[in-house]
Amino acid sequence: MGSNFAENHPVAFRFVLRARDNGARILHVDPRFTRTSAMSSDYVPMRSGTDIAFIGALINYVIQNDKFFKEYVVNYTNAPFIVKEEYQDTEDLEGIFSGFDPDKKAYDNASWAYEREDPVEPEGEPANLSERLAREKLAGRPKRDETLQHPRSVFQLMKKHYSRYTPEMVEEICGTSKEEFLMVAETVTANSNPERTTTFCYAMGWTQHTYGVQTIRSGAILQGLLGNMGRPGGGILALRGHANVQGATDLSTLWNSLPGYLDMPAKGAAHDTLEDFLRDKMRPTSFWQNYPKYLVSILKAWYGDAATPANDFAYEALPKTLGNHSHYKMFEEAYNGIIKGMMVIGQNPAVGGQNASFHRKALGKLDWLVVKDPFLIETATFWYEAPEVKNGSVKAEDIGTEVFYLPSTVFAETEGSFTNTSRLLQTKEKAADPPGDCRSDLWFTYELGKRLKELYKDSNAKRDWGFNHLTWDYEPDVNPRFKIQEPSEHKIVKEINGYDVATGAPVAGFGDLQDDGSTACGCWIYSGVLPEESLNRAANREGDDYQYLNWGFAWPANRRNLYNRASARPDGKPWSERKKYIWWDAGKEEWTGYDVPDFAATKAPDTPAVPGGVGLAAQSGKDPFLMNPDGVIQLFAPAGLADGPLPTHYEPPDTPVSKNILYPEQTFSPTAVIFEHLPNNKVHGANNSKYPFVITTYRVTEHHLSGAMTRWLPWLAELMPELFLEISPELASELGVHSKDFVTVETGRGKIEARALVTKRMRPLKVEGKMVHTVGMPIHWGYSGVATGSVPNDLSAIVADPNVYIHSSKAFTCNVKKGRLPGGVV
Amino acid sequence: MLTRREFLKRAGAVTAGATIASVSGINIKPVQAQVSKIKLQVKEGRQVPSVCPYCSVGCGMIITESEGKIINIEGNPDSPLNLGSLCPKGAAAFQLVENDNRPKEVLYRAPHSTSWETKPLDWAMDRIAEKVKEDRDNSFIEKQDGKLVNVNPALASLGGSTLENEWNYIHAKLMRGLGVVNVENHARI
Ligand code: SF4
Repeated sequence: MGSNFAENHPVAFRFVLRARDNGARILHVDPRFTRTSAMSSDYVPMRSGTDIAFIGALINYVIQNDKFFKEYVVNYTNAPFIVKEEYQDTEDLEGIFSGFDPDKKAYDNASWAYEREDPVEPEGEPANLSERLAREKLAGRPKRDETLQHPRSVFQLMKKHYSRYTPEMVEEICGTSKEEFLMVAETVTANSNPERTTTFCYAMGWTQHTYGVQTIRSGAILQGLLGNMGRPGGGILALRGHANVQGATDLSTLWNSLPGYLDMPAKGAAHDTLEDFLRDKMRPTSFWQNYPKYLVSILKAWYGDAATPANDFAYEALPKTLGNHSHYKMFEEAYNGIIKGMMVIGQNPAVGGQNASFHRKALGKLDWLVVKDPFLIETATFWYEAPEVKNGSVKAEDIGTEVFYLPSTVFAETEGSFTNTSRLLQTKEKAADPPGDCRSDLWFTYELGKRLKELYKDSNAKRDWGFNHLTWDYEPDVNPRFKIQEPSEHKIVKEINGYDVATGAPVAGFGDLQDDGSTACGCWIYSGVLPEESLNRAANREGDDYQYLNWGFAWPANRRNLYNRASARPDGKPWSERKKYIWWDAGKEEWTGYDVPDFAATKAPDTPAVPGGVGLAAQSGKDPFLMNPDGVIQLFAPAGLADGPLPTHYEPPDTPVSKNILYPEQTFSPTAVIFEHLPNNKVHGANNSKYPFVITTYRVTEHHLSGAMTRWLPWLAELMPELFLEISPELASELGVHSKDFVTVETGRGKIEARALVTKRMRPLKVEGKMVHTVGMPIHWGYSGVATGSVPNDLSAIVADPNVYIHSSKAFTCNVKKGRLPGGVV
Repeated sequence: MLTRREFLKRAGAVTAGATIASVSGINIKPVQAQVSKIKLQVKEGRQVPSVCPYCSVGCGMIITESEGKIINIEGNPDSPLNLGSLCPKGAAAFQLVENDNRPKEVLYRAPHSTSWETKPLDWAMDRIAEKVKEDRDNSFIEKQDGKLVNVNPALASLGGSTLENEWNYIHAKLMRGLGVVNVENHARI
């Protein structure tokens, strides 16, 4: 669901086909019939944006028909945990949860908490900072009812929450027939038990919604109930888009986090001192109890000798976030003149951003802009090639932005590693020097840092203290083969891996990291990638047919399947011979199997949780989900989400239906973020007759994202030269349109043209008693390059999920008319 | 003579050998049949292990370089992730390297200008560094609402997700070091 695996991850899909040929059933549930549908055992259509209704109905089916994996659910999930009496569900409050503040459009989650036993006083003195802070935060253990009958147990709350998500409701909301839905439900449940596992593969079809995080959570809940997590062939698999989107998240060039999923300190929170910050972030009953070790080690890596216990390891030098600084907020600040300069390195927001014309407006308000890319992409050329400049509504002379275009190397001309969608780090080597003045991104950032260091070196200002003490020595290890030398990959990887401050020797893994300043480590989850000076495990290249543990390095600790302790029963024996993966070897008294065990290596299955214990000691030998509080899957999330503890169906901000039939009072997500104050960014709302059709956007094999790395390649441009709109034969005949005719597509945000591609792959669905037509369009085009065309992202609105601020480009509405834009797109 | 498997394990080993351009997608048989008919006069080359820069499957590649020039890119049959095949994007990666559309000089557009000028790289680097410093010094916020924040609100960094881990790490470090909070990449969207 939510992905077109065959089209967008084609080479990996060959293994899915191999599984199919070995007897696996492949189901494709999707608004469009795609290459994936064609290769699957069954295709099931649904209306775009209604995944939570569909999966919620699967959850309901599993509960009502007693199809959940009982031993797994009781032991490995929070189903038995009791929630506070104050909690109220969407069933009680007509579509919202308790704690909602309508003025702020936000929840206070206090009422979603567990009911707890009295806390137990820990014994002895804390060994370190991490232990001391954990003890300060320790609460009593959650109350449980292992019979799952308590009316406020998570299990019963879920049962009530999803009770109206029936096959009939699926038929009404998703447009999927009851029979097709039941076929999916029966197939999935029959294939989930000790002998068998089911996996869900998703991509942007699940994420790009104003409730994207909740869609993924719904998949995780279903898989938890079915016992499919941490087991071979199970899981929910994110098919990520870019070669290194995983690494870019891990390391992290994102506003809200520091490397290894540590958070940035925030002005709005109690983060004044290092201890305040750590106290807030510390999770006392999970592996995250080690948080202080990882943060202090980053500070040591970044500020070196200047980071001391006396100055909180230079914690104050880290900036504190002032609010939300995510992508769309950033462009809003650029538009408003708060951001003066922007460096765009390997992204193309002028056509790739949602409501792309707004992005171009914002770029035109900057004082200066650096675009670093191998080709002259639209973000560099917007001031003379954008449609609004070509059609005369904006004059190049009126755009005041100073633009620097720096030509980049391509992948083969620089070294470094990518982390693929399975968290696998693989290095690539430099094959040749780049041409002319093309330079790598690494070279640029290192050089920029060096020049800034030079400019600031005489400053004694307090605010420059941090920058002046930032460690910045990645001088090249000269390779005589090349004329252009790259910053030292080895020095960077060693810093990421971590080292002992006194000896300078690399640490073997994150288990060695300390919170007293004796270790430095740039990114704890990558620790172990360079356990010895001369061994970069990301360069390991010995494959095999199963988990290829000697091919690359998978974080953390080279584990291929996360939480794999759950592949064994609570007593440590495999659930079945067929699905044997990690198990307890009673003779050797250790965990063993086909992967690196994701568990304390010698912690026996019968180890009890220590009363008053912190970190992993608070979890027993049968608690597999060690990053979670209490070591179990959180079917119900008492904290961590802005939009509710259980996924709930809402309609997208542009929807063809008149209301949410599950919660008529609450058609849209109450916490969806709508940027209505931005120019040209109106949402269409429910059943807007001006925009009667659903439109969904996507990718094709031959292009990549905004086309920055493909539309300039003549081979690929020839394979997929022109923008098109997929239209069903039914809608085409209503509009009088034939394949290859030009059509214009219009939304409240923009108007573009494309060629019509009339195909049975698009099919109307009956929803709310009427036929709803969906049209589809790939996102790759823009006004520069070899293959050019209208900008599909001019059509979508800037709206966001409240948790991660992802937009909604899979389900919005539009109008389609025969004919071209005035003058056409040139 | 080393086998391919052995030499690829040894980073940077030099070997000689003819390479044949292979283009293989999912539908592998007909394409291979075509390719085997093509006789390339390929010079001796050094083979370098690499990874496809497009999607997150992470297909292994072998790049052949001769006299400082990349002359071929093909799938690495040893990689358990792709067993030698590449999709159309990966198979076209050679044109990322050899491509007349690639600018090779820095281009500069002055405010309100209607054309590009070419500029030396060094000039551009210095000017960008000066701009970063100037904006930072003019806009830096040490305290807000009575709290120490140390933020440089004037600069934003928007990265891509096909850039190496090493870049992501040092770039995040530099940005935080300068007090930048506006740091984003493709992963958000
Ligand atoms: S060859 Fe195709 S499938 Fe493989 S990594 Fe590259 S883009 Fe992805």
